Amino acid sequence: MKKQQPISTDSDWNFPLLEQYETAIAAAAATHGLDTFPNQIELISSEQMMHAYASVGLPIYYHHWSFGKRFIHTEQAYRRGQMGLAYELVINSSPCIAYLQEENTLTMQALVIAHACFGHNSFFKGNYLFKTWTDPESIVDYLVFARDYISKCEARYGEQEVESLLDACHALMNYGVDRYQRPHPISMAEEKARQTQREESLQQQVNDLWRTIPTKDQPQEDFDEERYPAEPQENLLYFFEKDAPLLAPWQREIIRIVRKMGQYMYPQRQTQVMNEGWACFWHYQLLHDLYDQGLVTDGFMIEFLQSHTNVVFQPAFDSPMFSGINPYALGFAMMCDIRQICESPDAEDRHWFPDLVDTPWRESLHFAMANFKDESFIQQYLSPRLIRKMRLFSVMDDASKDYLEITSIHNDQGYQHIRDALAGMYNLGNNEPNIQVVNANIRGDRSLTLVHRMFNNRPLEADSGNDVMRYIQRLWGFDVNLESRQDDKLIQTLQWPPPGEIKSETNMTAIAIVI
Amino acid sequence: MGYLIDRRQNSKNKSAVNRQRFMRRHHQEIRRSLTEKLKTRSITDTDNSETIKIPTKNTREPTFHHGHGGQVEKIYPGNQEYDAGDQIARPEGGQGGGGKQASDQGEGTDEFAFEISQQEFLDLLFEDLELPNLTRKTLAHNDEFKRVRAGFSTSGSPANVSIIRTMRAASARRIALSAGKRAELRKLIHERELLAQQGLADDDDDLQELDDKITALRERINRVPFIDDFDLRYHQSVRQPVPRSKAVMFCVMDVSGSMDQSDKDLSKRFFILLYLFLSRHYEHTEVVFVRHHTKAAEVDEQEFFYSRETGGTVVSSAINLVQEIFTDRFPLNEWNVYVAQASDGDNWPDDGHKCEKSLDALLPQLQYYAYVEISNQDKPLWQTYAPYQQQHPNLFAMQHITGPEDIYPVLRHLFKKQAA
Repeated sequence: MKKQQPISTDSDWNFPLLEQYETAIAAAAATHGLDTFPNQIELISSEQMMHAYASVGLPIYYHHWSFGKRFIHTEQAYRRGQMGLAYELVINSSPCIAYLQEENTLTMQALVIAHACFGHNSFFKGNYLFKTWTDPESIVDYLVFARDYISKCEARYGEQEVESLLDACHALMNYGVDRYQRPHPISMAEEKARQTQREESLQQQVNDLWRTIPTKDQPQEDFDEERYPAEPQENLLYFFEKDAPLLAPWQREIIRIVRKMGQYMYPQRQTQVMNEGWACFWHYQLLHDLYDQGLVTDGFMIEFLQSHTNVVFQPAFDSPMFSGINPYALGFAMMCDIRQICESPDAEDRHWFPDLVDTPWRESLHFAMANFKDESFIQQYLSPRLIRKMRLFSVMDDASKDYLEITSIHNDQGYQHIRDALAGMYNLGNNEPNIQVVNANIRGDRSLTLVHRMFNNRPLEADSGNDVMRYIQRLWGFDVNLESRQDDKLIQTLQWPPPGEIKSETNMTAIAIVI
Repeated sequence: MGYLIDRRQNSKNKSAVNRQRFMRRHHQEIRRSLTEKLKTRSITDTDNSETIKIPTKNTREPTFHHGHGGQVEKIYPGNQEYDAGDQIARPEGGQGGGGKQASDQGEGTDEFAFEISQQEFLDLLFEDLELPNLTRKTLAHNDEFKRVRAGFSTSGSPANVSIIRTMRAASARRIALSAGKRAELRKLIHERELLAQQGLADDDDDLQELDDKITALRERINRVPFIDDFDLRYHQSVRQPVPRSKAVMFCVMDVSGSMDQSDKDLSKRFFILLYLFLSRHYEHTEVVFVRHHTKAAEVDEQEFFYSRETGGTVVSSAINLVQEIFTDRFPLNEWNVYVAQASDGDNWPDDGHKCEKSLDALLPQLQYYAYVEISNQDKPLWQTYAPYQQQHPNLFAMQHITGPEDIYPVLRHLFKKQAA
């Protein structure tokens, strides 16, 4: 390959230089067939970066005290030097918005352009979860709609009112996703038009549901036969949006907004390892391409490699620096490993990955990126070589025993188990308590029953759980109960209002008499 | 090809709204923390920001998550000595591996600490405090005016031009000046149309003549200027005096021998806080410092707070001096008068009656009299004053101070905003 003049030899960045780097990296990315959304690179100050942090990386967000808290927290930590700010932040939108911090050196800017604008960007465009769950074209529009709608509600119904509703919704944000139904994206114009329509029809539906007026002599058994909802509902926010009896239409719309935000975050939460691994793999690859072409200097590469190794460093479990498995390290190692299996497999690889060996690495890597989430990706691609390299081992912490047990280590008997266990750690279904609405007593006292199906006997953290129950009660408007069950055995109950407090008399019978 | 956008100049402080909401939401806790801080913070130290700590549990955002218990299997990197089947003791804390994830909620400090600026600190410090019974007195000595809009005028500075009024005037003038000509023009055009309908040729003399007239008339209409000097209209504004409440605050402190160093220190702290409050909230509040032992004297701020003197205690001397000063310099029809007194409560036994007499004369002229006694029991002066508190609950207030931590609550109590 013909050596070219390096783009820069200095460490200060300016816009023409960034443009040159972007063009060079884009050219390198094209040779690898990376398919990306158009890039929009925005240079921001550290304060703006902290703000972006606080609002979970979204460019526009409605106002809420919790973002203020996060901002104060970040600012504090940053000022005391407890944490550095991220070099970049990238948003899954089209065009793909990447924030670069102005304090980065030129090398770092090039690194993050490769990492975010080509790595993450192509992941957003290619991965099936993002394709299914998010609509990059309209997200910014929707954010604008959401912010305006909520500030309108604040003006009309009071900040406190809106805030307490948002508090409740935020607590349930992770329970606002239909895991198995594909949502379909709509634009802001449609959204606005529908919103008005929705307000009316939604209220209509609710009224219908609650119209049934019980009479005193109706036998109790009838209630049990007609369960509502007919099937347990895992999407709690959706359930409240549609069925909570006392909410006003604007409240339902706000629940919907939070639900949409939760849904937008949903793929991110499930693809941390893959997403970061993919981006790290490509910044590593693309910058080496630039080096091979002579576009960057040795000094550039030294600086780049130093930050790269920092990012993908995995401290051992007994190191004071250890804080869980580093998704960058695991992801990067797995991506590199896949390439190695494709290009230069050994006997073990042939045994474990018969479908992968001797295939073109770019296609295989793209396939892996496009069709998996963290859990299945690890299940599929974690190789024995990597398990040995990282010296992974699994520990069983059984609360009923007073010791921890090492269940498997990096040996022949252990590989498959470690794979499974590691995959399980990234399974949202295992990590988040599985809570569903099973019964709304629509004919009686209107109380709501939720069931927590326990996984491996893991109980609910009751303190915070009680607070959430209070929020649920706020949304539902009547008593709420939560039963934790392991194999249908009742283990734990949470109630709000707490048991012992006088239950409000059902005034339904009184109405029946009047009628 | 991507776009590069420089956003660095964009709005700063985007998070200010959210930060404010956070502060408002945790107002109670922030106040509590502030009160704690005041015990240790030097009251004169008003230049620094302050670290506020509030319990983390109040700022948390609850979610459903797993507690400790059940079977949790985790993967760790960096195995060195373990083999499958090894049993190891649970690490300290009883949570072992299983705890890591849950603890991101509660790990670290139990308190959420953050800094507030000096401005915010003072805002919080004196929130809801006011000088009681403040009334608006005369407008004399006004040196403050505000400008109010007062219609329009035909003269003024170019910066004040009212474009709408000016254009309206211009338009009216143009219409007025050209109305006759326009009517004539319409008539001529109509005539020409009639002639043209009769089929006359374009070069017909009559027609030609009409055309010339029309052109001439059009020119004359156009010659009316679009805008003229006397179209100009200016916004006019007048200066209006601002009615104002003027207040004078007398700080009276006992510096007699019975006040030991720590007592003096406490009263200084009280007055400094008071002074801060006054100078912050009331630009037009004057403060007069009076200190007394057996004799009272008016002193300046520096001397009041920092000089040392000793002697016996005759409180009435101070009260009389206050009376003298304000009759001399602060006529009651102009000034609201407040007195704040700090003492250890000792008084010359014979002085009690004199005090009562002076106070009886003084009190009706005052807006408010606040007395702090630096002791934990009712001393002679307290007993002298006690009846007044009963008789004039809106006019007279007294409190004990025993330590630095009392000062702020007492100040708040004495000057808390009264329901209107």
